[in-house]
Amino acid sequence: MREVLARLTGVSSTNLKVKERVEVLHNLDLEVPAGDFIAIMGPSGSGKTTLLNLLGGLDKPTSGKVQVGDAELSSMSNSQLSHWRSTNVGFIFQFYNLLPVLSAQKNVELPLLLTNFNGKERAKRARIALDIVGLGDRASHYPRELSGGQEQRVAIARAIVSDPTLLLCDEPTGDLDRETAVEILTLLQILNREHGKTIIMVTHDAQAAEFANRTMICDKGTLEHQEAA
Amino acid sequence: MRTIKQIIAVTWLNLRNLPQRFASSAVAIVGVTAVVLVFAAVLSMAKGFERTMLSAGSDDTAIIMRSGSTSELNSGLSNEQTLIVANSPGVLKDGDTPVISAELYVVVDVKKKSNNAEANVPFRGIQARGFDVRRNTTLVEGRMFETGKNEIVIGRAAQQEFAGLDTGSSIRFGQNEWKIVGVFEAGGSVSESELWTDVRVLQSAYRRGNSFQSVRVKLESPESFETLKASLEEDPRIDPDVLTEKEYYSSQAAGLSQFIRLIGYPLTILMAIGAVFGALNSMYSSVTVRGKEIATLRALGFGPVPVLVSTIVESTLLAFVGGVLGGLLAFLVFNGFQVSTLNGPSFSQVVFDFAVTPDLLLQGLYAALIIGVLGGFFPAIRAARLPVAQALREL
Amino acid sequence: MKYLGLIWKNVWRKKIRTSLTILSVFVAFLLFALLSGIGYAFKGGQDAASADRLIVIDKVSLINMLPMAYKNRIASTPGVQAVTHASWFGGFYQDQRNQFPQFPVDPYEYMSLYPELKLPQEQLEAWARNRTGAIIGSEIAERFGIEVGDRVPIQATIWTKADGSRTWEFDVEGIFSTDDPRGATAYMLFQYDYFDEARAFAKGQVGWYIIGVAPGTDGAQLANAVDTQFANSPNETKTSTEQAFAASFAKQFGNIGMIVMLILGAVFFTLLLVSGNTMSQSVRERISELAVMKTLGFSDQSVLGVVLSESILIMSIGGLLGLGVGWVLVQGVAQQMSAFLPGVYLSPQAMLVAVGIIVGAGIVAGMFPAMKAMRLSIIDALARA
Repeated sequence: MREVLARLTGVSSTNLKVKERVEVLHNLDLEVPAGDFIAIMGPSGSGKTTLLNLLGGLDKPTSGKVQVGDAELSSMSNSQLSHWRSTNVGFIFQFYNLLPVLSAQKNVELPLLLTNFNGKERAKRARIALDIVGLGDRASHYPRELSGGQEQRVAIARAIVSDPTLLLCDEPTGDLDRETAVEILTLLQILNREHGKTIIMVTHDAQAAEFANRTMICDKGTLEHQEAA
Repeated sequence: MRTIKQIIAVTWLNLRNLPQRFASSAVAIVGVTAVVLVFAAVLSMAKGFERTMLSAGSDDTAIIMRSGSTSELNSGLSNEQTLIVANSPGVLKDGDTPVISAELYVVVDVKKKSNNAEANVPFRGIQARGFDVRRNTTLVEGRMFETGKNEIVIGRAAQQEFAGLDTGSSIRFGQNEWKIVGVFEAGGSVSESELWTDVRVLQSAYRRGNSFQSVRVKLESPESFETLKASLEEDPRIDPDVLTEKEYYSSQAAGLSQFIRLIGYPLTILMAIGAVFGALNSMYSSVTVRGKEIATLRALGFGPVPVLVSTIVESTLLAFVGGVLGGLLAFLVFNGFQVSTLNGPSFSQVVFDFAVTPDLLLQGLYAALIIGVLGGFFPAIRAARLPVAQALREL
Repeated sequence: MKYLGLIWKNVWRKKIRTSLTILSVFVAFLLFALLSGIGYAFKGGQDAASADRLIVIDKVSLINMLPMAYKNRIASTPGVQAVTHASWFGGFYQDQRNQFPQFPVDPYEYMSLYPELKLPQEQLEAWARNRTGAIIGSEIAERFGIEVGDRVPIQATIWTKADGSRTWEFDVEGIFSTDDPRGATAYMLFQYDYFDEARAFAKGQVGWYIIGVAPGTDGAQLANAVDTQFANSPNETKTSTEQAFAASFAKQFGNIGMIVMLILGAVFFTLLLVSGNTMSQSVRERISELAVMKTLGFSDQSVLGVVLSESILIMSIGGLLGLGVGWVLVQGVAQQMSAFLPGVYLSPQAMLVAVGIIVGAGIVAGMFPAMKAMRLSIIDALARA
């Protein structure tokens, strides 16, 4: 068995924004082996996005521990979490969230501004990432000049450019047509199988989930396994 | 007709959701308010100054000075010359006595109340008919000075602006002490910035012998001015400049009021340009925000003209509000605000009020409206041309 | 500054909006430059006036003259290194509107007390030798196209000649200038001897005395000493430093300084509103982008810094441009107005203040939106999208 990359122990998360405190996650345990590709499915409100946020250090649990790699996220300060995120995790969102004022190249370079690499280094790494996702020839295009699928690829390139071990995807194909979705999911598979990235993907699309190694159901704040494909 | 209906409908819709675009609308309004405020402030200063100077000047009073003097201070007339003037045709007579006042003034130092700085104030010697040769000049407090005595009457404005000038108090200039015995008013004119005494006493105190600087003469009628002027100019014993009091004060005022205008107008234009940029900014953002709504309207069949008009109307309305606000503020804050400053030609202080007059406010409003139309014009064109499909897709 | 690229791109997000904001800033600082330059003139040339010279005038009135006899008595006062005199002539050249000051003086004495005036030695000597000679300031020479060797008639308004005429003719023996940009040279100097001899009245009297203070002497004390000498005489004196004298004139203009401040206040208040609004809109539009940056690992503070930098950058572009153009314009205005308002000048201090305002305004306009960006919660921001 491969080593465990991420581990959640007894994690509960309460949504404080609502008047009656709603517990979104109940005493949840999860182990994510390194190099795994997990799909998490479930109805809306089930807490799957919260799960992702916890793994990415965007949120802290009300109780329990979140551990990714050597870092114990639940006990880190905000600035520590920021710093941790820049090198350890990559996010991919449903709506791409690229900066419209930057070219594809510059969008991918963005995370590298937090590093000590000089301009040339940053450009080089960004090119590499763009090549991996198959968009090397579109480097100087702006998001508005790209199709949805291409934008998502740029987003993926951005997510991997600082070489994180963990990729967290929130409905990555939610806004794409079937054909493009398949391209993106295939790309994710490649990143997982050939580049060893651990991927956790939240999706409501069963067909998308099939691209993962295994699927979990998140319902009413708890996780259940489903049979692997 | 249909277009008019559309215009009204779209404009109404536009204005109704103005509150949603409150922030940027407020910015546009404030910009225009500032412009109108400054405009009104600076020009009311010029107007107030002019009014003070000009209200001193009447058509039925003439001033005679030595030719070539640009102001009384530079002039010099002998006693004989003043008598020649007194006996000239065109001069109003009261029984047998000509209504004239031969005068002389010096500049003395008095402290300003406002900043305690020493200021140059005109100290003028007048003759018995000194009040009569002037318009609207009356004693309002105390009594007139007695001839031959070191007594002064002071102008109302001088009393308000300078320190230590009160009826009953004394003031010392050099080695002479003078008693203030009364206060006079002169319809807000420049005379109110002065101190007056008997000309003989002044001559003696300042060792001017029997010389004068000017003669003020009440004319029989405004028409008799020419007669007087001709007579004096032909007389070889005197080389005069003969002016109506109105002309004289006009020329005195010209310098400073022109100067204020010289600075005021360009300043306001610059500010107005800035305000136009502000208004443009607001309107562009307004058009962007309304993009979906405009597109929907267009899709429903509204033409481009109503959209264009509604945008300009919005912009003009905002500017109008700014203009009214600015005018109101200017009136409340500046009208009647008293200030005194150095007037070059007379080398002495002139006290005047800011005068925020109705026509000034109107000018300000025009400026505001122009800013409004300019600020709405280009955004309006953009609004009208907004490609419908794209706009609907964007949102 | 590797973030500069990002900041630059963000600034030009909405080109029209940014351009208009920059233009508003430009206008504001242009106004600042102009008003500052003109306001400086109203200080009455205080800065260029010297603290090492004292001016002695008649105590009762500036207009009264002082007797020549005072000169020796002043000269013998301890602490007085040099003394000379000058008077107000008040004539005009060709047209009544062309009034500029002319002063009858003692050539060598005056020029040595005013070393900041530059005049070639030969010209000074030629002038001193010529009774009806005069030297004119470079501004006057330029304005009227007068050259050395010209004969210049001046119409007197006060000073009639003994022969009854009022035209005084002078030979231009030299043109003087000054290096100090704050000093004006819009006047003429001629010989006192000629003045006293040819004038019809007030012979033997001068307008004011100028004292050169001996080094190490307290100017204020010396002023007192001089005035005490002439106390209770028919012509009591009032002595002050040249600076104080100029300042007292400036004060006479009263509230002009305050008015200028008020106007600038209104202008900058509006400016802050406009820029603040631009920055707010800019931040509001890209909440999700800022949130994404945070997910990428940008700290809250760095996001604050990015937004604040954008605000400062916009302010700087407009402000520096406005100052630059303003500076050029002030030169032009100074020249145009040199006759009736000398000393229009944009001082280095004023420019420094302007730069300070640029940065300060950039911070103030951007602070609110920047803090909003800093504090925004990633989860809420992304959930909104």
